[in-house]
Amino acid sequence: MTETLALIGFGPNGWGDEILAGVGVTIALALATLPVGLTIGFFVALGKQSEEQTIRLAANIYTTIFRGLPELLTLFIVFYGAQIGIQTAYAWIAGSETVIEVNAFVSGMIALGVVFSSYASEVFLSAFRAIPKGQYEGGWSIGLSGWNTMRLVILPQLIKIALPGLANLWLILLKDTALVSAVGLSDILRQTGIAARVTKHAFLFFGTACLVYLLLAIISSFFINRISDWASKSEAAR
Amino acid sequence: MTVATAKVQKPIAPPKPWTRERTVGWALVGLWIFIIGSLLLWMVEAWNPELFDKYFPKYVSGLIITLELVAASIILGALLSFPLAMMRMSKNGLLNKISYAYVYFFRGTPLLAQTFLIYYGLGEFRPQLEAIGLWGFFKEAWNCGVFAFTLNTAAYQAEILRGAINSVAPGQWEGAASLGIPKWLTFFKIILPQALVVALRPYGNEIILMVKGSAVVSIITVYDLMGETRRAYSRSFDFQTYIWAAFIYLAIVEIIRNLWDVMEKRLTRHMIR
Repeated sequence: MTETLALIGFGPNGWGDEILAGVGVTIALALATLPVGLTIGFFVALGKQSEEQTIRLAANIYTTIFRGLPELLTLFIVFYGAQIGIQTAYAWIAGSETVIEVNAFVSGMIALGVVFSSYASEVFLSAFRAIPKGQYEGGWSIGLSGWNTMRLVILPQLIKIALPGLANLWLILLKDTALVSAVGLSDILRQTGIAARVTKHAFLFFGTACLVYLLLAIISSFFINRISDWASKSEAAR
Repeated sequence: MTVATAKVQKPIAPPKPWTRERTVGWALVGLWIFIIGSLLLWMVEAWNPELFDKYFPKYVSGLIITLELVAASIILGALLSFPLAMMRMSKNGLLNKISYAYVYFFRGTPLLAQTFLIYYGLGEFRPQLEAIGLWGFFKEAWNCGVFAFTLNTAAYQAEILRGAINSVAPGQWEGAASLGIPKWLTFFKIILPQALVVALRPYGNEIILMVKGSAVVSIITVYDLMGETRRAYSRSFDFQTYIWAAFIYLAIVEIIRNLWDVMEKRLTRHMIR
Protein backbone atom coordinates (compact mmCIF):
# COMPACT_ATOMS: atom_id res chain seq x y z
CA MET A 1 0.00 0.00 0.00
CA THR A 2 2.69 2.51 0.99
CA GLU A 3 4.68 1.40 -2.04
CA THR A 4 1.71 2.12 -4.27
CA LEU A 5 1.20 5.51 -2.73
CA ALA A 6 4.89 6.30 -3.23
CA LEU A 7 4.56 5.45 -6.93
CA ILE A 8 1.73 7.85 -7.60
CA GLY A 9 2.93 10.36 -5.03
CA PHE A 10 5.28 13.30 -5.47
CA GLY A 11 8.37 11.80 -3.85
CA PRO A 12 11.65 11.00 -5.62
CA ASN A 13 10.26 7.69 -6.92
CA GLY A 14 6.77 9.04 -7.44
CA TRP A 15 5.22 9.90 -10.76
CA GLY A 16 2.77 12.39 -9.33
CA ASP A 17 4.54 15.45 -10.66
CA GLU A 18 4.83 13.99 -14.18
CA ILE A 19 1.14 13.08 -14.20
CA LEU A 20 0.25 16.52 -12.89
CA ALA A 21 2.18 18.07 -15.79
CA GLY A 22 0.14 15.84 -18.11
CA VAL A 23 -3.08 17.07 -16.50
CA GLY A 24 -1.94 20.62 -17.22
CA VAL A 25 -1.33 19.76 -20.89
CA THR A 26 -4.72 18.07 -21.23
CA ILE A 27 -6.56 21.01 -19.68
CA ALA A 28 -4.58 23.51 -21.74
CA LEU A 29 -5.37 21.64 -24.96
CA ALA A 30 -9.09 21.39 -24.18
CA LEU A 31 -9.28 25.06 -23.17
CA ALA A 32 -7.34 26.15 -26.27
CA THR A 33 -9.61 24.07 -28.54
CA LEU A 34 -12.84 25.39 -27.05
CA PRO A 35 -12.82 28.95 -28.54
CA VAL A 36 -11.71 27.63 -31.94
CA GLY A 37 -14.49 25.03 -32.02
CA LEU A 38 -17.16 27.40 -30.70
CA THR A 39 -16.33 30.13 -33.21
CA ILE A 40 -16.23 27.86 -36.25
CA GLY A 41 -19.31 25.99 -35.01
CA PHE A 42 -21.26 29.22 -34.63
CA PHE A 43 -20.50 30.35 -38.18
CA VAL A 44 -21.23 26.91 -39.63
CA ALA A 45 -24.61 27.00 -37.85
CA LEU A 46 -25.28 30.45 -39.31
CA GLY A 47 -24.45 28.99 -42.72
CA LYS A 48 -26.80 26.05 -42.18
CA GLN A 49 -29.79 28.26 -41.54
CA SER A 50 -28.97 30.68 -44.34
CA GLU A 51 -31.61 31.31 -46.99
CA GLU A 52 -29.00 30.89 -49.71
CA GLN A 53 -28.82 27.21 -50.56
CA THR A 54 -25.18 27.26 -51.67
CA ILE A 55 -24.13 28.39 -48.19
CA ARG A 56 -26.23 25.61 -46.66
CA LEU A 57 -24.59 23.09 -48.98
CA ALA A 58 -21.08 24.25 -48.09
CA ALA A 59 -21.87 24.08 -44.36
CA ASN A 60 -23.42 20.63 -44.67
CA ILE A 61 -20.39 19.27 -46.53
CA TYR A 62 -18.24 20.49 -43.66
CA THR A 63 -20.25 18.68 -40.97
CA THR A 64 -20.68 15.52 -43.02
CA ILE A 65 -16.93 15.18 -43.45
CA PHE A 66 -15.83 15.95 -39.92
CA ARG A 67 -18.60 14.07 -38.18
CA GLY A 68 -18.01 11.02 -40.37
CA LEU A 69 -14.26 10.70 -39.91
CA PRO A 70 -12.85 9.02 -36.81
CA GLU A 71 -11.25 11.63 -34.56
CA LEU A 72 -8.00 9.68 -34.60
CA LEU A 73 -7.89 9.72 -38.41
CA THR A 74 -8.63 13.46 -38.52
CA LEU A 75 -5.79 13.98 -36.09
CA PHE A 76 -3.33 11.94 -38.17
CA ILE A 77 -4.42 13.66 -41.38
CA VAL A 78 -3.88 17.08 -39.81
CA PHE A 79 -0.59 16.06 -38.18
CA TYR A 80 1.05 14.36 -41.17
CA GLY A 81 -0.79 16.39 -43.79
CA ALA A 82 0.37 19.69 -42.32
CA GLN A 83 3.91 18.35 -42.11
CA ILE A 84 3.93 17.28 -45.76
CA GLY A 85 2.14 20.44 -46.86
CA ILE A 86 4.57 22.76 -45.09
CA GLN A 87 7.59 20.80 -46.30
CA THR A 88 6.33 20.91 -49.89
CA ALA A 89 5.60 24.61 -49.63
CA TYR A 90 9.03 25.23 -48.13
CA ALA A 91 10.76 23.24 -50.86
CA TRP A 92 8.80 25.16 -53.48
CA ILE A 93 9.64 28.59 -52.04
CA ALA A 94 13.16 28.08 -50.74
CA GLY A 95 14.21 25.48 -53.28
CA SER A 96 15.75 23.22 -50.67
CA GLU A 97 14.29 20.44 -48.58
CA THR A 98 14.12 20.39 -44.82
CA VAL A 99 12.43 18.23 -42.26
CA ILE A 100 9.82 20.17 -40.39
CA GLU A 101 8.18 18.80 -37.26
CA VAL A 102 4.66 20.01 -36.75
CA ASN A 103 3.71 20.88 -33.21
CA ALA A 104 1.51 18.11 -31.74
CA PHE A 105 -0.34 20.63 -29.59
CA VAL A 106 -1.32 22.83 -32.52
CA SER A 107 -2.37 19.93 -34.75
CA GLY A 108 -4.37 18.49 -31.85
CA MET A 109 -6.02 21.86 -31.42
CA ILE A 110 -6.94 22.07 -35.11
CA ALA A 111 -8.17 18.47 -35.40
CA LEU A 112 -10.22 18.53 -32.19
CA GLY A 113 -11.41 22.04 -33.05
CA VAL A 114 -12.92 21.03 -36.40
CA VAL A 115 -14.53 17.93 -34.89
CA PHE A 116 -15.92 19.97 -31.98
CA SER A 117 -17.19 22.67 -34.33
CA SER A 118 -19.08 20.26 -36.56
CA TYR A 119 -20.96 18.89 -33.54
CA ALA A 120 -21.35 22.36 -32.02
CA SER A 121 -22.90 23.64 -35.25
CA GLU A 122 -25.77 21.18 -34.77
CA VAL A 123 -26.28 22.37 -31.19
CA PHE A 124 -26.26 26.01 -32.29
CA LEU A 125 -28.58 25.25 -35.19
CA SER A 126 -31.26 23.73 -32.97
CA ALA A 127 -30.85 26.65 -30.57
CA PHE A 128 -31.34 29.08 -33.48
CA ARG A 129 -34.52 27.26 -34.43
CA ALA A 130 -35.83 27.61 -30.88
CA ILE A 131 -35.69 31.41 -31.11
CA PRO A 132 -38.88 32.88 -32.61
CA LYS A 133 -38.63 35.13 -35.64
CA GLY A 134 -40.30 37.92 -33.69
CA GLN A 135 -37.10 38.38 -31.71
CA TYR A 136 -35.21 39.38 -34.87
CA GLU A 137 -38.08 41.57 -36.04
CA GLY A 138 -38.31 43.20 -32.63
CA GLY A 139 -34.61 44.01 -32.78
CA TRP A 140 -34.89 45.52 -36.26
CA SER A 141 -38.00 47.47 -35.37
CA ILE A 142 -36.19 49.42 -32.67
CA GLY A 143 -33.52 50.31 -35.18
CA LEU A 144 -30.77 47.82 -34.35
CA SER A 145 -28.58 46.75 -37.25
CA GLY A 146 -28.45 43.07 -38.25
CA TRP A 147 -25.19 42.56 -36.39
CA ASN A 148 -26.38 44.35 -33.27
CA THR A 149 -29.63 42.37 -33.27
CA MET A 150 -27.53 39.23 -33.33
CA ARG A 151 -25.20 40.44 -30.60
CA LEU A 152 -27.67 42.02 -28.20
CA VAL A 153 -30.91 40.14 -28.76
CA ILE A 154 -30.25 36.71 -30.26
CA LEU A 155 -26.88 35.65 -28.80
CA PRO A 156 -27.80 35.98 -25.11
CA GLN A 157 -30.84 33.76 -25.65
CA LEU A 158 -28.95 31.43 -27.95
CA ILE A 159 -26.20 30.75 -25.41
CA LYS A 160 -28.73 29.89 -22.73
CA ILE A 161 -30.55 27.41 -24.97
CA ALA A 162 -27.34 25.89 -26.34
CA LEU A 163 -25.66 25.55 -22.94
CA PRO A 164 -26.64 21.94 -22.05
CA GLY A 165 -25.62 20.69 -25.51
CA LEU A 166 -22.34 22.57 -25.41
CA ALA A 167 -21.60 21.30 -21.91
CA ASN A 168 -22.01 17.77 -23.21
CA LEU A 169 -19.62 18.53 -26.08
CA TRP A 170 -17.07 19.92 -23.61
CA LEU A 171 -17.08 16.62 -21.70
CA ILE A 172 -16.60 14.76 -25.00
CA LEU A 173 -13.76 17.12 -25.94
CA LEU A 174 -12.06 16.46 -22.61
CA LYS A 175 -12.09 12.73 -23.38
CA ASP A 176 -11.01 13.19 -26.99
CA THR A 177 -7.84 14.99 -25.92
CA ALA A 178 -6.54 11.55 -24.90
CA LEU A 179 -6.10 10.75 -28.61
CA VAL A 180 -3.40 13.40 -28.95
CA SER A 181 -1.12 11.18 -26.87
CA ALA A 182 -0.89 9.04 -30.06
CA VAL A 183 1.02 11.81 -31.86
CA GLY A 184 3.35 12.33 -28.93
CA LEU A 185 1.86 15.13 -26.85
CA SER A 186 2.69 14.60 -23.16
CA ASP A 187 -0.86 14.58 -21.86
CA ILE A 188 -2.28 12.53 -18.97
CA LEU A 189 -2.43 9.28 -20.92
CA ARG A 190 1.08 9.55 -22.35
CA GLN A 191 2.62 10.40 -18.99
CA THR A 192 0.85 7.55 -17.23
CA GLY A 193 1.81 5.27 -20.13
CA ILE A 194 5.49 6.10 -19.62
CA ALA A 195 5.11 5.53 -15.89
CA ALA A 196 3.40 2.19 -16.55
CA ARG A 197 6.20 1.04 -18.85
CA VAL A 198 8.97 2.07 -16.46
CA THR A 199 7.45 0.75 -13.25
CA LYS A 200 5.54 -2.26 -14.71
CA HIS A 201 2.46 -1.21 -12.75
CA ALA A 202 0.23 -0.69 -15.77
CA PHE A 203 -3.10 -1.21 -14.03
CA LEU A 204 -2.24 1.22 -11.28
CA PHE A 205 -1.22 4.00 -13.64
CA PHE A 206 -3.90 3.60 -16.30
CA GLY A 207 -6.43 3.31 -13.48
CA THR A 208 -5.07 6.57 -12.10
CA ALA A 209 -5.41 8.12 -15.56
CA CYS A 210 -9.07 7.06 -15.73
CA LEU A 211 -9.74 8.50 -12.28
CA VAL A 212 -8.05 11.77 -13.23
CA TYR A 213 -10.32 12.05 -16.29
CA LEU A 214 -13.32 11.33 -14.08
CA LEU A 215 -12.17 14.01 -11.66
CA LEU A 216 -11.86 16.51 -14.51
CA ALA A 217 -15.40 15.62 -15.61
CA ILE A 218 -16.73 16.13 -12.07
CA ILE A 219 -14.95 19.49 -11.75
CA SER A 220 -16.33 20.50 -15.16
CA SER A 221 -19.86 19.57 -14.08
CA PHE A 222 -19.48 21.83 -11.06
CA PHE A 223 -18.54 24.80 -13.24
CA ILE A 224 -21.19 23.96 -15.83
CA ASN A 225 -23.84 24.04 -13.10
CA ARG A 226 -22.55 27.42 -11.93
CA ILE A 227 -22.71 28.77 -15.49
CA SER A 228 -26.21 27.46 -16.09
CA ASP A 229 -27.37 28.95 -12.77
CA TRP A 230 -25.91 32.26 -13.89
CA ALA A 231 -27.56 31.98 -17.31
CA SER A 232 -30.98 31.15 -15.89
CA LYS A 233 -30.83 34.17 -13.57
CA SER A 234 -31.75 36.41 -16.49
CA GLU A 235 -34.95 34.45 -17.00
CA ALA A 236 -38.15 36.26 -16.03
CA ALA A 237 -39.72 35.06 -12.78
CA ARG A 238 -42.74 32.89 -13.34
CA MET B 1 -71.03 31.89 -70.79
CA THR B 2 -67.76 31.96 -72.60
CA VAL B 3 -64.72 30.11 -71.65
CA ALA B 4 -61.57 32.17 -71.56
CA THR B 5 -59.31 30.69 -74.14
CA ALA B 6 -56.43 33.07 -73.76
CA LYS B 7 -53.41 31.15 -72.70
CA VAL B 8 -52.33 32.07 -69.23
CA GLN B 9 -48.70 32.99 -69.25
CA LYS B 10 -46.35 32.23 -66.47
CA PRO B 11 -45.04 35.44 -64.96
CA ILE B 12 -41.42 36.17 -65.77
CA ALA B 13 -39.17 35.09 -62.97
CA PRO B 14 -37.77 38.06 -61.09
CA PRO B 15 -34.08 38.59 -61.77
CA LYS B 16 -31.93 36.93 -59.16
CA PRO B 17 -29.35 39.50 -58.15
CA TRP B 18 -25.90 38.61 -57.01
CA THR B 19 -26.44 39.42 -53.37
CA ARG B 20 -23.64 39.20 -50.86
CA GLU B 21 -24.98 35.90 -49.54
CA ARG B 22 -25.14 34.37 -52.96
CA THR B 23 -21.57 35.43 -53.74
CA VAL B 24 -20.28 34.08 -50.43
CA GLY B 25 -22.22 30.84 -50.94
CA TRP B 26 -20.80 30.22 -54.38
CA ALA B 27 -17.33 31.12 -53.15
CA LEU B 28 -17.63 28.55 -50.34
CA VAL B 29 -18.97 25.86 -52.64
CA GLY B 30 -16.20 26.74 -55.07
CA LEU B 31 -13.69 26.31 -52.26
CA TRP B 32 -15.03 22.84 -51.50
CA ILE B 33 -14.98 21.91 -55.19
CA PHE B 34 -11.41 23.17 -55.36
CA ILE B 35 -10.30 21.24 -52.25
CA ILE B 36 -12.00 17.96 -53.15
CA GLY B 37 -11.12 18.33 -56.83
CA SER B 38 -7.45 18.98 -56.17
CA LEU B 39 -7.40 16.09 -53.72
CA LEU B 40 -8.81 13.76 -56.37
CA LEU B 41 -6.49 15.21 -59.02
CA TRP B 42 -3.50 14.69 -56.75
CA MET B 43 -4.59 11.12 -56.02
CA VAL B 44 -4.92 10.38 -59.74
CA GLU B 45 -1.53 11.93 -60.39
CA ALA B 46 0.15 10.16 -57.50
CA TRP B 47 -1.66 6.92 -58.34
CA ASN B 48 0.73 4.06 -57.86
CA PRO B 49 -0.58 0.70 -59.11
CA GLU B 50 2.15 -1.13 -57.25
CA LEU B 51 1.14 0.50 -53.99
CA PHE B 52 -2.51 -0.16 -54.66
CA ASP B 53 -1.98 -3.84 -55.52
CA LYS B 54 0.13 -4.28 -52.43
CA TYR B 55 -2.19 -2.63 -49.95
CA PHE B 56 -5.66 -3.18 -51.37
CA PRO B 57 -6.05 -6.69 -49.84
CA LYS B 58 -4.76 -5.32 -46.53
CA TYR B 59 -7.35 -2.56 -46.52
CA VAL B 60 -10.06 -5.14 -47.21
CA SER B 61 -8.93 -7.32 -44.31
CA GLY B 62 -8.66 -4.23 -42.09
CA LEU B 63 -12.17 -3.20 -43.06
CA ILE B 64 -13.47 -6.67 -42.20
CA ILE B 65 -11.76 -6.56 -38.82
CA THR B 66 -13.23 -3.14 -38.08
CA LEU B 67 -16.73 -4.31 -39.01
CA GLU B 68 -16.36 -7.52 -36.98
CA LEU B 69 -15.09 -5.57 -34.00
CA VAL B 70 -17.98 -3.12 -34.14
CA ALA B 71 -20.59 -5.83 -34.68
CA ALA B 72 -19.25 -8.00 -31.85
CA SER B 73 -19.05 -5.16 -29.34
CA ILE B 74 -22.43 -3.67 -30.26
CA ILE B 75 -24.19 -7.04 -29.90
CA LEU B 76 -22.40 -8.07 -26.69
CA GLY B 77 -22.88 -4.55 -25.36
CA ALA B 78 -26.60 -4.74 -26.07
CA LEU B 79 -26.82 -7.98 -24.09
CA LEU B 80 -24.93 -6.43 -21.18
CA SER B 81 -26.92 -3.20 -21.32
CA PHE B 82 -30.20 -4.96 -20.52
CA PRO B 83 -29.32 -5.98 -16.95
CA LEU B 84 -27.57 -2.64 -16.45
CA ALA B 85 -30.65 -0.68 -17.45
CA MET B 86 -32.85 -2.93 -15.29
CA MET B 87 -30.53 -2.39 -12.32
CA ARG B 88 -30.56 1.34 -12.90
CA MET B 89 -34.36 1.40 -12.87
CA SER B 90 -34.80 -0.96 -9.93
CA LYS B 91 -35.88 0.34 -6.56
CA ASN B 92 -33.05 -1.53 -4.86
CA GLY B 93 -30.65 1.20 -3.77
CA LEU B 94 -27.51 -0.91 -4.00
CA LEU B 95 -28.16 -2.26 -7.52
CA ASN B 96 -29.08 1.23 -8.63
CA LYS B 97 -25.83 2.70 -7.28
CA ILE B 98 -23.68 -0.04 -8.83
CA SER B 99 -25.21 0.53 -12.23
CA TYR B 100 -24.90 4.31 -11.86
CA ALA B 101 -21.21 4.02 -10.94
CA TYR B 102 -20.58 1.70 -13.89
CA VAL B 103 -22.24 4.03 -16.37
CA TYR B 104 -20.56 7.08 -14.87
CA PHE B 105 -17.12 5.50 -15.08
CA PHE B 106 -17.39 4.29 -18.65
CA ARG B 107 -19.01 7.46 -19.94
CA GLY B 108 -16.64 9.74 -18.07
CA THR B 109 -13.30 8.32 -19.17
CA PRO B 110 -11.76 8.17 -22.65
CA LEU B 111 -12.21 4.96 -24.62
CA LEU B 112 -8.47 4.93 -25.29
CA ALA B 113 -7.69 4.98 -21.55
CA GLN B 114 -10.16 2.14 -20.95
CA THR B 115 -8.58 0.11 -23.73
CA PHE B 116 -5.10 0.67 -22.26
CA LEU B 117 -6.38 -0.20 -18.80
CA ILE B 118 -7.61 -3.56 -20.06
CA TYR B 119 -4.87 -4.42 -22.55
CA TYR B 120 -1.81 -3.28 -20.60
CA GLY B 121 -3.32 -3.09 -17.13
CA LEU B 122 -4.56 -6.67 -16.94
CA GLY B 123 -1.06 -7.84 -17.84
CA GLU B 124 -0.14 -6.88 -14.30
CA PHE B 125 -2.44 -9.65 -13.03
CA ARG B 126 -1.02 -12.32 -15.29
CA PRO B 127 -0.39 -14.94 -12.55
CA GLN B 128 -3.92 -14.56 -11.16
CA LEU B 129 -5.46 -14.67 -14.65
CA GLU B 130 -3.39 -17.73 -15.51
CA ALA B 131 -4.64 -19.39 -12.35
CA ILE B 132 -8.26 -19.03 -13.43
CA GLY B 133 -7.47 -19.79 -17.07
CA LEU B 134 -8.38 -16.41 -18.54
CA TRP B 135 -4.90 -15.32 -19.55
CA GLY B 136 -5.26 -16.92 -22.97
CA PHE B 137 -8.21 -14.62 -23.60
CA PHE B 138 -6.63 -11.38 -22.44
CA LYS B 139 -3.31 -12.08 -24.16
CA GLU B 140 -4.85 -11.27 -27.53
CA ALA B 141 -5.13 -7.59 -28.41
CA TRP B 142 -8.28 -8.24 -30.44
CA ASN B 143 -10.07 -9.84 -27.48
CA CYS B 144 -9.05 -6.95 -25.25
CA GLY B 145 -10.37 -4.50 -27.83
CA VAL B 146 -13.72 -6.27 -28.05
CA PHE B 147 -13.89 -6.54 -24.25
CA ALA B 148 -13.13 -2.84 -23.70
CA PHE B 149 -15.55 -1.70 -26.41
CA THR B 150 -18.29 -3.99 -25.10
CA LEU B 151 -17.97 -2.56 -21.60
CA ASN B 152 -17.92 0.96 -23.01
CA THR B 153 -20.87 0.66 -25.37
CA ALA B 154 -22.90 -1.23 -22.74
CA ALA B 155 -22.77 1.87 -20.55
CA TYR B 156 -24.01 4.11 -23.36
CA GLN B 157 -26.64 1.62 -24.51
CA ALA B 158 -27.93 1.18 -20.96
CA GLU B 159 -28.58 4.91 -20.82
CA ILE B 160 -30.30 4.83 -24.24
CA LEU B 161 -32.48 1.95 -23.16
CA ARG B 162 -33.35 3.52 -19.82
CA GLY B 163 -34.28 6.81 -21.43
CA ALA B 164 -36.41 5.06 -24.04
CA ILE B 165 -38.27 2.89 -21.50
CA ASN B 166 -38.90 5.92 -19.30
CA SER B 167 -40.24 7.80 -22.30
CA VAL B 168 -43.16 5.39 -22.66
CA ALA B 169 -46.19 6.92 -20.97
CA PRO B 170 -47.10 5.31 -17.59
CA GLY B 171 -50.67 4.98 -18.86
CA GLN B 172 -49.46 2.12 -21.02
CA TRP B 173 -48.47 0.17 -17.90
CA GLU B 174 -51.75 1.02 -16.22
CA GLY B 175 -53.80 0.13 -19.27
CA ALA B 176 -52.16 -3.28 -19.49
CA ALA B 177 -52.58 -3.84 -15.75
CA SER B 178 -56.30 -3.03 -16.00
CA LEU B 179 -56.62 -5.75 -18.63
CA GLY B 180 -54.99 -8.20 -16.26
CA ILE B 181 -51.82 -8.64 -18.33
CA PRO B 182 -48.90 -9.75 -16.13
CA LYS B 183 -46.08 -7.27 -15.68
CA TRP B 184 -43.39 -9.19 -17.57
CA LEU B 185 -45.67 -9.67 -20.56
CA THR B 186 -46.60 -5.98 -20.49
CA PHE B 187 -42.92 -5.14 -20.56
CA PHE B 188 -42.03 -7.36 -23.53
CA LYS B 189 -45.20 -6.92 -25.60
CA ILE B 190 -46.25 -3.36 -24.88
CA ILE B 191 -43.48 -1.25 -23.38
CA LEU B 192 -40.38 -2.55 -25.14
CA PRO B 193 -41.69 -2.28 -28.74
CA GLN B 194 -42.63 1.36 -28.15
CA ALA B 195 -39.36 2.06 -26.36
CA LEU B 196 -37.24 0.55 -29.13
CA VAL B 197 -38.80 2.84 -31.73
CA VAL B 198 -37.77 5.80 -29.58
CA ALA B 199 -34.31 4.27 -29.11
CA LEU B 200 -33.76 3.65 -32.80
CA ARG B 201 -32.04 6.94 -33.59
CA PRO B 202 -29.75 6.95 -30.53
CA TYR B 203 -28.80 3.34 -31.32
CA GLY B 204 -27.83 4.38 -34.85
CA ASN B 205 -25.73 7.19 -33.44
CA GLU B 206 -24.08 4.77 -31.03
CA ILE B 207 -23.13 2.43 -33.88
CA ILE B 208 -21.61 5.33 -35.80
CA LEU B 209 -19.71 6.44 -32.68
CA MET B 210 -18.46 2.87 -32.28
CA VAL B 211 -17.27 2.68 -35.92
CA LYS B 212 -15.34 5.88 -35.36
CA GLY B 213 -14.17 4.90 -31.90
CA SER B 214 -12.95 1.51 -33.08
CA ALA B 215 -10.03 3.29 -34.77
CA VAL B 216 -8.29 3.46 -31.38
CA VAL B 217 -7.62 -0.28 -31.36
CA SER B 218 -4.94 0.42 -33.94
CA ILE B 219 -2.89 1.83 -31.04
CA ILE B 220 -2.94 -1.52 -29.23
CA THR B 221 -1.60 -3.28 -32.35
CA VAL B 222 -4.87 -4.58 -33.80
CA TYR B 223 -4.72 -4.27 -37.58
CA ASP B 224 -8.16 -2.90 -38.24
CA LEU B 225 -8.75 -0.39 -41.04
CA MET B 226 -6.91 2.31 -39.12
CA GLY B 227 -4.14 -0.09 -38.13
CA GLU B 228 -3.60 -1.17 -41.73
CA THR B 229 -3.59 2.47 -42.77
CA ARG B 230 -0.95 3.38 -40.23
CA ARG B 231 1.15 0.39 -41.28
CA ALA B 232 0.82 1.27 -44.95
CA TYR B 233 1.81 4.87 -44.23
CA SER B 234 4.79 3.96 -42.09
CA ARG B 235 6.10 1.70 -44.88
CA SER B 236 5.33 3.79 -47.96
CA PHE B 237 5.37 7.36 -46.55
CA ASP B 238 2.61 8.00 -49.06
CA PHE B 239 -0.04 10.30 -47.68
CA GLN B 240 -2.63 8.79 -50.03
CA THR B 241 -2.98 5.89 -47.61
CA TYR B 242 -4.70 8.18 -45.09
CA ILE B 243 -6.98 9.68 -47.73
CA TRP B 244 -8.12 6.20 -48.81
CA ALA B 245 -9.00 5.38 -45.20
CA ALA B 246 -10.87 8.67 -44.88
CA PHE B 247 -13.00 7.82 -47.90
CA ILE B 248 -13.74 4.33 -46.58
CA TYR B 249 -14.74 5.57 -43.12
CA LEU B 250 -16.92 8.30 -44.61
CA ALA B 251 -18.60 5.72 -46.83
CA ILE B 252 -19.34 3.38 -43.89
CA VAL B 253 -20.78 6.18 -41.78
CA GLU B 254 -22.91 7.53 -44.62
CA ILE B 255 -24.23 4.06 -45.45
CA ILE B 256 -25.25 3.47 -41.82
CA ARG B 257 -26.82 6.92 -41.60
CA ASN B 258 -28.92 6.43 -44.74
CA LEU B 259 -29.85 2.89 -43.76
CA TRP B 260 -31.10 4.27 -40.46
CA ASP B 261 -33.15 6.96 -42.20
CA VAL B 262 -34.87 4.31 -44.33
CA MET B 263 -35.42 2.07 -41.30
CA GLU B 264 -36.84 4.88 -39.21
CA LYS B 265 -39.21 5.93 -41.97
CA ARG B 266 -40.49 2.39 -42.33
CA LEU B 267 -40.81 1.60 -38.63
CA THR B 268 -42.59 4.85 -37.75
CA ARG B 269 -45.01 4.94 -40.66
CA HIS B 270 -47.95 4.21 -38.33
CA MET B 271 -47.10 7.38 -36.39
CA ILE B 272 -47.22 9.76 -39.34
CA ARG B 273 -50.35 11.83 -39.30
